[in-house]
Amino acid sequence: MAEREKLSHGALFGGFFQAGIIGFGGVLPFARRLMVEKWGWLTAEEFNDLFSLCQFMPGANIVNLAFAFGARHQGVSGAAAAVTGLLAAPMAIVMVLGALYGRFGGIAVVQHGLAGLAAAACGLVAATAVKIAWPVVRSKQEVLFLQKKNQKNSYFPRDVATAGEAPPGNKSVLLLFFKKEVLASFSWRGVLVTCLAFLMVVALHVSLPMTMLLLLPFSLALAWRS
Amino acid sequence: MAILAQIALLFGKLSLLAVGGVNSTLPAIEREVVEGRHWMSAQAFAQMFAIAQSAPGPNMLVVVLVGQKVGGVAGGVVAALAMLLPAGMLVVVASGVWERFRAARWRRVLQAAILPITAGLVLSAAAVLAEAADTSWVLVAVTALATWANLRTKWHPLWLLAGGTLVGLLVW
Repeated sequence: MAEREKLSHGALFGGFFQAGIIGFGGVLPFARRLMVEKWGWLTAEEFNDLFSLCQFMPGANIVNLAFAFGARHQGVSGAAAAVTGLLAAPMAIVMVLGALYGRFGGIAVVQHGLAGLAAAACGLVAATAVKIAWPVVRSKQEVLFLQKKNQKNSYFPRDVATAGEAPPGNKSVLLLFFKKEVLASFSWRGVLVTCLAFLMVVALHVSLPMTMLLLLPFSLALAWRS
Repeated sequence: MAILAQIALLFGKLSLLAVGGVNSTLPAIEREVVEGRHWMSAQAFAQMFAIAQSAPGPNMLVVVLVGQKVGGVAGGVVAALAMLLPAGMLVVVASGVWERFRAARWRRVLQAAILPITAGLVLSAAAVLAEAADTSWVLVAVTALATWANLRTKWHPLWLLAGGTLVGLLVW
């Protein structure tokens, strides 16, 4: 990074603005294409490295990426420029939609459309959960790191996907699940923690801070031993 | 002002708990705004989440809609800032020392420990949203189909959202 020219505030704002406004279904693939392939702001390796930091930290991954990248170029004001650029258009658009929802959301026909929309959105979250859980049920911890295979050909919103590797594209996750070799590499540790988190939040209604407080030390101990 | 402070507090305390992305805090947000504060029904929350998914941009936009619902435009902006700033500041600080701890064992252990928790939390988010959204068997089928299609096909998520909307309209 050091030998490269510092990007101006305007360039940071404008660059992330473009990535944000075309980023339907997740900004990451678009940001990556623009920053690495089109503008050459970063090499693919630098991008992966930066993104693995942003996955590791809490918060929206792509927003974290804007924070970190902006700060590297222009300090705190650079981070502000990049994040504002990334969020300006999407926030304006979603607030217009929110206002329309407030105004017309009660109309019967709109409600029916929205009910279908909400059901489909649930499905996308469920699929994301499966994609995140997939490397968890396998014992290999190396797959925690940024996945290269599915990066280009997937529309999958990777800023949701955290450290997860997407499941193998053309094979059924559920079928694979029951194959012998998968069962052999099954990580009971990961599955146990995943199930506990699910049970605590959904069935027992434990609050998120309490869930983290109880589960993180347990999960850390298991991870340390393995 | 009081409502803006409430919004800031609600999302500010969740910011650093958003492991692996904002989706892992969805059950906590839902519980607070639906059951805790009665700002909206569970159905309205699920619909707002869906609207945010349909818009371009990062998938934290549902917090903007929640803030806007109770605090107008200022509420939306405050919600976004509260959700993003604490985590963002942490990232800026961490990126300065990333070189030093990237290869450290404790970092890999911490990441390995967080991943299954994230998986469980996002699964919970899907369950909480489905409980609110899937009020009929047709809608359950829409959710199941969208899950399947997102995992097995390369169709853009927007098509799946559009398809769900269409089914909702047709069944009516």
